[in-house]
Parts: sequence; C-alpha cells; structure tokens
Amino acid sequence: MINIFKTSKTVSLSIDQFFDKIDLGTLNFKKGVQNYIDGNLDEFAQNLKSVSILENEADTIQRKIENDFYLHSLMPNYASDILNLLESVDHIIDRSTDVLSQFDVERPHMPEAIKKDYTELLNLTVRSAENVVPAARIFFTSPDAVKDRIQKVLFYHRETAVLSNNIKRKIFQEFDSLKLSEKIHLRYFALHIEQVSDTCKNIAHQLSSLVIKIKM
Amino acid sequence: MFLFFISSGLFLGWTLGANDASNVFGSAVGSKLIRFRQAAIIASIFVVLGAVLQGAGGSHTLGKLGSVDALGGAFTVALAAGMSVLWMTKSKLPVSTSQAIVGAIIGWNFFTGNPTDINSLTTIVATWISGPILGGFFAVLLFLLLQFILRKRKIHLIKLDAYIKYALLIVGAFGSYSLGANNIANVVGVFIPSAPNIALDFGFFTLNGTQLLFLGGGLSIAVGIFTYSKKVMMTVGSSLMKLNAETAIIVVLAHSLVLFVFSSQSLSDLFVRIGLPAIPLVPVSSSQAIVGAIIGIGILKGGRNIQINVIGKIAVGWFLTPVIAGLLAFFALFFMSNVFNLKVSSNPSKYVKGDIVVTDDAKVSIDDKTKTIENFYPTDKEVTTFKLYKPAVIIVMIILLLVIIYQLYVINKLKEKDKLEEYQESIDRYDTQQILLAKELKTTNDANLKLEKEIDAKEKEQKKIALSIIRKNEILSKLKTEIENLKSKPEETLKFADLNTLKLLIIENLSVENERKSFNKYIRNLNDSFYKNLEIEYPGLSENEKKLCSLLRLKLTSKEIASILNITPKSVEVSRYRLRKKMNIKKNEKLSKMIRKL
Repeated sequence: MINIFKTSKTVSLSIDQFFDKIDLGTLNFKKGVQNYIDGNLDEFAQNLKSVSILENEADTIQRKIENDFYLHSLMPNYASDILNLLESVDHIIDRSTDVLSQFDVERPHMPEAIKKDYTELLNLTVRSAENVVPAARIFFTSPDAVKDRIQKVLFYHRETAVLSNNIKRKIFQEFDSLKLSEKIHLRYFALHIEQVSDTCKNIAHQLSSLVIKIKM
Repeated sequence: MFLFFISSGLFLGWTLGANDASNVFGSAVGSKLIRFRQAAIIASIFVVLGAVLQGAGGSHTLGKLGSVDALGGAFTVALAAGMSVLWMTKSKLPVSTSQAIVGAIIGWNFFTGNPTDINSLTTIVATWISGPILGGFFAVLLFLLLQFILRKRKIHLIKLDAYIKYALLIVGAFGSYSLGANNIANVVGVFIPSAPNIALDFGFFTLNGTQLLFLGGGLSIAVGIFTYSKKVMMTVGSSLMKLNAETAIIVVLAHSLVLFVFSSQSLSDLFVRIGLPAIPLVPVSSSQAIVGAIIGIGILKGGRNIQINVIGKIAVGWFLTPVIAGLLAFFALFFMSNVFNLKVSSNPSKYVKGDIVVTDDAKVSIDDKTKTIENFYPTDKEVTTFKLYKPAVIIVMIILLLVIIYQLYVINKLKEKDKLEEYQESIDRYDTQQILLAKELKTTNDANLKLEKEIDAKEKEQKKIALSIIRKNEILSKLKTEIENLKSKPEETLKFADLNTLKLLIIENLSVENERKSFNKYIRNLNDSFYKNLEIEYPGLSENEKKLCSLLRLKLTSKEIASILNITPKSVEVSRYRLRKKMNIKKNEKLSKMIRKL
C-alpha cells in the first residue's frame, strides 16, 4: 500500500514511454515508405531496422505495464480495458513493421505515375495514427478531451479508405502497361498501408467506449 | 448478571457491524479498490474510537424517547431490535439499526404504558428524512468539487487510482469514526441507565461506566464487521449502483459527514455560538445517508444508473424494520415478564399478571419521565475508581513484547519456509537430474549392447571369411603341389588315375564341411530361443531334424537345404516327411508355416 504512489508513478511513466515508442515508430514508418517510394533503399533499410527495434521496445514496456497492473491491482475495474487499449495501440507499430517488411521482401514495382498517390495515402494513414496516439495519451489525463481527437482519426480513416479505393481503381483501369501480377501486387500494398489506418479506427472506437465507461 | 443482560446489546452491536459497516467501506470493497480485510481492520479500530470518544450525544436523544429503566427491559428491547436487523440482513436488505432500536423502544413504551416523547420521536423521524437529503446534498457538492479539481489538475488515471485508494481508506476511517460516534447509542443506549458506577483510571485517560459500555458496544460492532459484513458490502458495492472509484469516495465522504454532523457536540456548540440553531444529536440511519448520497449523484448524472427496484426494497425495509422491531419487542417483553417474571420496567404494566398491581397511576407524565432520564446519567452517585495505570502499562508492554515475539517468529518461519522451499527445489532438481541421467545411461547401455552384438556378429563373420580364405589357400597350394608333381612326371607315365586323384582332391575340398559346421553353429547362435521353444514343444526331435527346422524357418528351399547339408534334395524331402510325422502335422497344414509360428 505504501509503495502504491511509487508504482503508479512508474506505471504512468511507462505508459508515456510506450506512447513515445509508438509515435517514433509511426514517424519511421512514414519515412520508410516514403524512402521506398523515392527509391532510397539504404535509408529505407535503416527505417525498417529502427521500426523493428522500436516495436521490440514497445512490446517490452507493454509487458511491464501489464505485469504492474496485475501485480499491484491497479484500477481493478478498468484494468482489462486499459490493457486492451495498450495492446491495440501496439498493433499500430506491429502493423507498420509488417508493411515495411513486406516492402523489403516483395519490392513492388511502383510506376512513377502512381507514386504521388501512394505518398498521399501514406500521409493520410500516418495522420490518423498521429491523432490516435495523442488521443490515447490524453485519455489518461483528460478523458473529456479524447472526443475531439477521435473525430480527426475517423475523418482521416475515411479519407484513407476513399483514396485507397481510387488508387486500386486507377491501377486496374489506367495502367495497361502493367502486368496483372504487378497490378495485384500494387493493390495489396495500397491495402497494407490502409490497414494501419484501420487499426487507428479500431483504437478510436475502443477509446470512445472506454471514456463512457470511465465517466459513468 | 449485568454482563449477561448486556449480551443482547452486544448482539445488536454485532448486527450493526454486519450491516452498517458496509455503508462505510461497501463501495470501496464492492468495487474491489480495497481488500475486505484491510477495510475491516480500519473500520473496527475507528468505530471503537468513535464510540468511546464521541458516543454520548445520540444516547441522550434515545433516552428521551423512552428511558428503559430496568435491565431486563433493556435486554429485551436490544434483543428484539437485534433480531429484526438480523432478519433484514439475512434478506440482504440494507437496514438501519436506528430504526430497529427506535421501534423496539416504542414497543417497550407501549408495553409498560410509558408515554413516548413525541418531540424526540419527531426529531428522530426528521433525521430519517433529513439524513438522506443531506447525504444527497453533500454528495452533489463534493462530486462537483472533485470534478472541478480533476478537470483543473489533470491527474494521470493511474496516479488518481492510487490517490483514491488512500482517500478511500482515510474517508472510510472517518466514516467508521462517525458511525461509532453516532450509532453506538443504538447498541448500548438502552443500557446506560443500568451502567455500573465504576471508572477505570489508566493514568493518561479514564473510562467511566458509560464509556466502558460504549467500548463493549464498539468491540461488538467490530466483531460484526469481521464476521458478517462482507456479503452486505458486496450488495452495496455492486447492486445498488455501479459506482466508479471517484463516486465511491464521494458517497462515503457524504455519508460520513452526515453521521458526523449529527453526532458532534462541538459542531453543534459552534452553530450555537455563531447564532444558528443547535444541531440535534440524533442516531442517524447510516443506510439512509448512503442511499441519499448515491441517489444525489445518480440524479446529477441523469439518473440512468439508479436501480429503482433496489431502492424500493430499501424503502420497504425502512418501514418494516421499526414495525417489526416494535412488535417483536412488545411480544418479547410480554413473554419475558410473564414466563420468566423478568422485571422489564420500574413501573408496573397492565400486561403483566401476578404480583404487580395494574393501576392507572402507573403511567407517569413526560415531565416525570424527563426527570427520571436525567437521573440515568448520574453525576452525584458514588463512583468506584480502579487505578489501572500500572496494570495498563504492563499489559501494553506485554502486548508489545508478544507482538515483537510473534513478528520474530513469523520472520523466522518465513525464513525457514524459504530455506525449506529452496532445499525442496534443489532436491526436486537433483531427482529430476537423476531420473534423466538414469534414462540416458539406460539408453547408452542399450545402444552399447546392440553395438557389442553387432561387433560380435561381424567378428564371427570376419573369422569365417578368414578361415574360408585360409582353407581356400590351403586347397589352392595343395592343388598347385599336385599339379607340379604331375608336371615333373614324364608324359608317358601320366595316367588317368593321376587326373582322377586331382579330381577327388577338388571334390573333397569342394565339400563345405567346415563352412557347413561354422554355418550351423552360426545358425544355432541366431536361433537360440527358437531351439529352446522347439525342444519344449517337440522334445523327441534329433539334432539333424532341429537343424532342418532352423533351415526351414529361414524359408530355404529343399535344394538349398540339400546344398547346405551336403545331402541330396531327395534326402531333404524324406527328412521333411519324417519331421511332419514326428510333429503330427496334418496334411492340409504347411510344415514351414508351423515352424515359423514357434
């Protein structure tokens, strides 16, 4: 009981560190995909390495937080919800690492004419991640302020979905010079990038219900 | 005798602890923020402190309502109230001991014909109404204040959880203190007129008879908390309304403030000093205060989470408890007076048959009654004081010593346990390693045995090949010598007989006698168990027949067997026929099949 203040301080710091890792992961993801699109493969490899390291670090912090929650019975009524939220946030960096790995392994051929669209898709996806992480962060200090951030996340998610569809349509209808296999390949990479934004949308929904629960 | 009669009061204290302590720590325990044991220890300590230090105020009000002036009457009244509360607690309804004791006192008044002080009753009933309202009011104010602070300070949820845990403990302790101070009158209030005129002087503080009574009552509440309050805590914590941690703390604090306000003489005096009316010091229903607080917050939040049916049940309990307690007290008093001839009042009752004369003069006026009440708190009576300074110091020291010894014992035990666990762990590890080693050893031995057998077989084979080579060399050298002999002879002397001699030598050496022998030996080695079985099943077989059996077992044809045994195939056929006869094999059965079955 006496150590509870120390524990709570440690856990709150760990949660902040965890979000920092996710933030950095998102930035590296953005840089990585952009470097691939621009053809800077050395920088891309460096970004992939950084994201992988950040993912591992985030996982370690997450396990530590889980352990502290159960060991010290922190927030017994909301523990599982909060830990689920952290798990979902961790999916952002997991997903980012996966996408970068797929770029690294499959090396999709990207025609010059489509590169701009992919850059835009990447920006929209990253924006939804850039809004959802602060939303999750602010949930711990001002649950009322979460709502504003969630709206932005949902907006960017919708935009991402629309642009992703447009890219897919463009690939199949306008690029006759590409082989079908190349078209399908590019289609999948649009989908992969879009999935990061899907993860953000799920977190936003989770945050909404958690705010309601905690304010009850 | 006094101790026996007070047992019903202690029983009432037990029911109060079982039931009303849940109002203080129920929200915290029900929402799993504090462990029950932790809550029970804190509640017990502070209930006793509140009862002893600040419990007198409410007792005066109850005394005014009906001064139970005989020990037997006090016993019966407390018992009736206690039974009512127990029944309601069993039904998992948050009930109030205040209502039960008031109902029981009124029952006593009815039975003995004593007038009920309407002013006191009105004051008490007014608190039944003002208690929850004030609880709700405090709760709303505190909730808004807390929300404001949280919005301004933006405390991290995890840190807030830690603050709330501590705050719940502190507020719970305050609530327990207020509960003890306010509700102790319900427990032992009716016994005050019969309290012994003694005082215990502990040197730094003195406990008079009434305070000792309060101490006993407080301890009985503590026992009730430990033994029976957990179930009720869960009802308050989870059934009435889903409380989050912040709401729980507000509810408990509001409830504690209500109890404190209605039991603090100092606060009442302060009100008077600043020109406000005095606060009536009345035993307030703890349940009403807590429900009021919860409803207050529920209304503030839009009233979505309030379970009306549970509140309805509680309201029914409020009405039923005093009625049941009153009726029970009335009939219990009737029973005690008429069956046990127990004196339940200093005034005669019309319901008591026997020596006591029923008269109208038995009824006394309220003024007379008030005078009697004043006499219940004697000031001029001779008090026997026991100097307990030295014994108290000695007892405290002994307790401290015992605690230290116990702690040392526990630490030692823990160390021993750790060592034992470590030792056991090493033994387990050793055993496991032993088992693994034994298994490994067995596997290695088996492998070695197999290898040895293989080596043995190879050696035999090599020896056989070597012998065969030697034999062949010998034959070849013999042949060479013979041929050279023949060459050295003049051509004309060469005879057909010489060539025949050479042929015979070749034939002789073509005989595979040696090989056959070694082969037979080899076969015998291989078929060791087979020979044993053969001897058991068919004891009359000759060596040659056994040999034939072993060759048949290898699925060799008659021609092959003939070549091995250096006999003609016809002889093999004859031998087979004889073997069939000896083994009694039917015509439709195959000899080789029968042999292979062995």
